[in-house]
Amino acid sequence: MGAAAAAMDQTEQAADAVYRLTNVSKTYGRNGVVAVKDVSISLPRGSFSSVIGSSGCGKSTLLKMMAGLIPPSKGSIILQGEPVLGARRDIGMMFQHATLFPWRTTIENIVLPIEISDGRKAAEAAKGRGLELLDLVGLNGFADAYPSQLSGGMAQRASICRMLITEPAVLLLDEPFSAVDELTRDFMNMELQRICTSRGATAFLVTHSIPEAVILSDTVYVMAPRPGRVAEVVHIDLPRPRTLDMILTPQFAEIVQRIRARLDEGGEQ
Amino acid sequence: MTDATPVIDDTPPDTVWAERESWISRVPRSVGMTLVLVLFVSVWWFVTATAMVSPIILPTPLETVEDLVFVTGNLLSGDYMLPALWTTFKTIIYGYLLAIAIGFSLGIIVGETKFGERSIMPYLVGLDTMPKVAFAPLFVAWLGFGIASKVALATFIATFPIVVGTAAALHAADDNARMLFRTMGATRWQTLWKMKLPSGLPQIFTGLKIGAAGVMAGAITGEFLGGGRGFGELIRVAATQLNTPRVFSLIIYLSLIGLMLYSFVTWIQARFVFWHKARVVGGNDE
Repeated sequence: MGAAAAAMDQTEQAADAVYRLTNVSKTYGRNGVVAVKDVSISLPRGSFSSVIGSSGCGKSTLLKMMAGLIPPSKGSIILQGEPVLGARRDIGMMFQHATLFPWRTTIENIVLPIEISDGRKAAEAAKGRGLELLDLVGLNGFADAYPSQLSGGMAQRASICRMLITEPAVLLLDEPFSAVDELTRDFMNMELQRICTSRGATAFLVTHSIPEAVILSDTVYVMAPRPGRVAEVVHIDLPRPRTLDMILTPQFAEIVQRIRARLDEGGEQ
Repeated sequence: MTDATPVIDDTPPDTVWAERESWISRVPRSVGMTLVLVLFVSVWWFVTATAMVSPIILPTPLETVEDLVFVTGNLLSGDYMLPALWTTFKTIIYGYLLAIAIGFSLGIIVGETKFGERSIMPYLVGLDTMPKVAFAPLFVAWLGFGIASKVALATFIATFPIVVGTAAALHAADDNARMLFRTMGATRWQTLWKMKLPSGLPQIFTGLKIGAAGVMAGAITGEFLGGGRGFGELIRVAATQLNTPRVFSLIIYLSLIGLMLYSFVTWIQARFVFWHKARVVGGNDE
């Protein structure tokens, strides 16, 4: 009875949030290095959040726990009312490198998640949806191209399609454009915003670029290292859709300045 | 000072410059290969013509060519050399297929399981450092004088590089690909079949190519020792009769088999691993 009531309570709490992390901690190894300590975050449906911090602040560990790749040592991670206990189909993930497989054509790479979970036939059937996604990211005509024929930016677009093919409820983005050149990166970020808005996706971005976090996010979590924890939560009130020229506004500069100051503080510890 | 319009040359200095490549790098492959062959045969001819070494030790190029013609005629007419060549060929193919089957399976066990890596790999490394040819008399004792003992030695030598190549292949997949497969909830089998094996194919083929050389060495060594009926035996007999030209022409035929095997593996690799270009034709490509 008590447990059921508690579960009910949690479901109610989670109603507005896709993801709910409560006091999540991660301790590594026998000597107990605390990588993440007491992180509580909730991601409202359709929101874009970022976590920013210097390398080694535990942001990657946090993302891996959220993705169900590693278990937390303490705390709970609830996605859509269900605890994350392993890889989940309603999570789409994107990494720094596109990681397309060179022996598969672009479309075969895109339907790979379907092939893994539902088999070849389902993957074949999903190709139509894959083509629509290619269209969405501006890659129509490249379905049958091999990854070696794509540029770095194009490969990342294809990996966006692969992330979206399972129609995930939440997108976990691990520094997705840090390996592409800066011009492409700005452009890709705007594309990402457009895609997230058009699909009403909930996104969680890990980055170490302050302007990138600010231009994309509704909320920026600033993490401080040793132990990794949320040092500050910054709400970004810039209007949507965001455009690249917002980077030049005083409001933007002020937010960047504030986050930078907080990061510098964390770094000195 | 003067009012005369100064002549201004607006054209910037010429910055077109020729990229120089030394003449030797510009020699085409066919010409270069022919030159090297001609040079080699000339030195060979010179050494024999000036009687620097005894003709029993080193025949002249002409004697060798004459004998090569004789051996070719013998093979074409289906005389006693053809069955010998067939025997050696069978030994090589059986040995290679066995080595691939054993090497690949062991490679998967060693590369995919912690137990294999910790408990089996050390023994394989230990065995690999042994002079494997020394096992030849044992194989003869166990399997007799027939083709089986030769196949066993050929397999024994060729297996190790294939094990190592396969195990290396399974470790070659990068962390991003592994993580991606985990996020997709892939099973171990799916990860192996759809990701680790395909991305490790270049390493597997490297092992297969080294194994192809090993299987040749094993087959011939086996025939030397075990009184077989293959080309190894013909070489041994020719050598005891001091028929050096014959030894040379038999070796040339053997290297043709080796080349065929190697080219076949390279051809398969080019078809299956089309996304990974081997840097040197016929070379290792890591």
